[in-house]
Amino acid sequence: MQGTVKFIQGNEVCVEAALYAGLEFFAGYPITPSTEIAEAMSARLPQIGGRFLQMEDEIASICAIIGASLTGRKVMTATSGPGFSLMQEALGYAVMTEIPCVIVDVQRGGPSTGLPTHVGQGDFNQARYGTHGDHAIVALTASNHQDMFAITVEAFNIAEIFRTPVILLFDEVTGHMREKVVIPEKDEIALVDRLRTSVESGVDYHPYLPREDGRLPMSDFGGVHRYNVTGLYHDMWGFPSDDPKIVYGLIRHLMDKIQNYAGKMTFFRQDYIEDAHTVLVSYGAAARSARHLVENRRKRGERLGLLELQTLWPFPGDVVRKVCKNADYIVVVELNTGQVIREVKLAVDRPERVYLANRIDGQLISPTDIQNILRLLHGKGV
Amino acid sequence: MSVKDYIRERFFPHMWCPGCGHGVVLNAMIRAVESLGMSKNEIVMVSGIGCSARISGYVDFHSMHTIHGRALAFATGIKMSRPELNVIVPMGDGDALAIGGNHFLHAARRNIEMTAIVMNNRIYGMTGGQFSPLSGYAAAASTAPYGNIDHGFDIAKLSEAAGATFVARTTTYHVHELSRLIRDAILHEGFSVLEVLTQCPTYFGRYNRAGDAPEMMETYKNRTVAVGSEKKNQDPELIERGVFVKKELPEYCREYEKVIEKNQQKQT
Repeated sequence: MQGTVKFIQGNEVCVEAALYAGLEFFAGYPITPSTEIAEAMSARLPQIGGRFLQMEDEIASICAIIGASLTGRKVMTATSGPGFSLMQEALGYAVMTEIPCVIVDVQRGGPSTGLPTHVGQGDFNQARYGTHGDHAIVALTASNHQDMFAITVEAFNIAEIFRTPVILLFDEVTGHMREKVVIPEKDEIALVDRLRTSVESGVDYHPYLPREDGRLPMSDFGGVHRYNVTGLYHDMWGFPSDDPKIVYGLIRHLMDKIQNYAGKMTFFRQDYIEDAHTVLVSYGAAARSARHLVENRRKRGERLGLLELQTLWPFPGDVVRKVCKNADYIVVVELNTGQVIREVKLAVDRPERVYLANRIDGQLISPTDIQNILRLLHGKGV
Repeated sequence: MSVKDYIRERFFPHMWCPGCGHGVVLNAMIRAVESLGMSKNEIVMVSGIGCSARISGYVDFHSMHTIHGRALAFATGIKMSRPELNVIVPMGDGDALAIGGNHFLHAARRNIEMTAIVMNNRIYGMTGGQFSPLSGYAAAASTAPYGNIDHGFDIAKLSEAAGATFVARTTTYHVHELSRLIRDAILHEGFSVLEVLTQCPTYFGRYNRAGDAPEMMETYKNRTVAVGSEKKNQDPELIERGVFVKKELPEYCREYEKVIEKNQQKQT
């Protein structure tokens, strides 16, 4: 790959990728360990004619980006656990109103203010179930800087294609770690812009009438079509309605537009799966340790495999089932009391084979920690 | 153009109670916009939640009906992204100053060019008559059956202290003044706040034995005076109407444009 080589923090990688994807508007509120994203944005955005806003809190931040997105900009905010909790209501609003936006959550230990400077991966369930009501959501993650770059660009593409908020669930370790990243040349990664309506001025425009492929052509606020946007259930013109047919149709549309195209937003890495009797399923920073262990033990002939998830929601259950089909042991490696393991157990044919290797003390799980769990499972003792 | 050209007629009759003051504000707002000769495409109306918030659905502008208390935060994103648009934010007193109090203060502090119209009926109407931060001491409400012990804000003083560069107050009785002040607020280059005392006969009026809508409007007529009036000295209980603050300070979007101008060349 051609491009500029840099040695930077994960948070800075996220900024580079967002700008590469065409970000023009960022609003945020400082919170550890995501703050460097806001800092870098404040310096970079004015240089390209974009806008950076430091709002009074996280609620205002997500509201501001939703407003800016409606005028046609690519937008993002970044936060960490407690701030992500504050954003939940407006996140639901973005789902309901189908306004593209990207929300970065650099995870720290929780609940509450928890562990500001230490790692955790406890926001997996919050990403999916944090806001009220039934809805679909997209949440992506990465374990290294190069993947973080690609997945951030992908987040913007998915947000624009499906008119949906996309959550990037990074964590303190990947966010603060420095390593090499190659910033690709312009046009090396394909970028997607939202579909704009071709309906002319004066002709009835239906902002909420999906095409056959589920996509909704948008009209920017300030343009020729004046329409209404509301978080209430709404008709194809965007006006409030509690007609059961309209309510049913809208919630089905919100679920289906993500679930029917889940394949287009499913990203993962699988290594040494073919003959693996033990498959480690992991994501984010924890997957770095899992990968280290698998590569190390493979050299000694141990049949370990790795499934590294990059799409967390919609949960890639089919992938997990397929990859884990022949494994005698499936070990989920994560930094919480067991959030992804629940989804893995639901996905595989025989859930009794699924075990957890975790740390919940603010420390990154080490390859040795995982190794110790595997030795116990394999009956070798620690 | 006639008033009908500015409304989305198919959503009428509106959902406000008979006698509600919000329709008067809607009418005055449309007349103000008409007198300014603005294109409807230049206007964005952002509202939160509550009776007053429904106003955004009735007007034929770009309209956004958001979540409770956050209208100014959404509006800030829109205005910063497209500073050429005129952003009007109708809010209720609970929307603006209870749940949205923090956003209100900070929008004023930034002096971002938007028009906040606070429709103050001193009650939560949509949820059925609970007290609001503007109900005032001793007012009755469904959640203050023994009389309210919360003290109210003075919206004008609060806005001024927070940094709003245009602050005014009027009532639904003074319809011509109302329309003129909305017009002045829209024209103002900075954050403008207009408090409108508006009657809620259904809840505030009923709980507080304030009479029906005409009677409540009579009270606005009799209990308010123009700013600087002699009468206020004789009767300090009277409420002042008119413009309290009008000053020039750097506007937020224009200040940011300067930041862009200075730094755009420095791109690495």
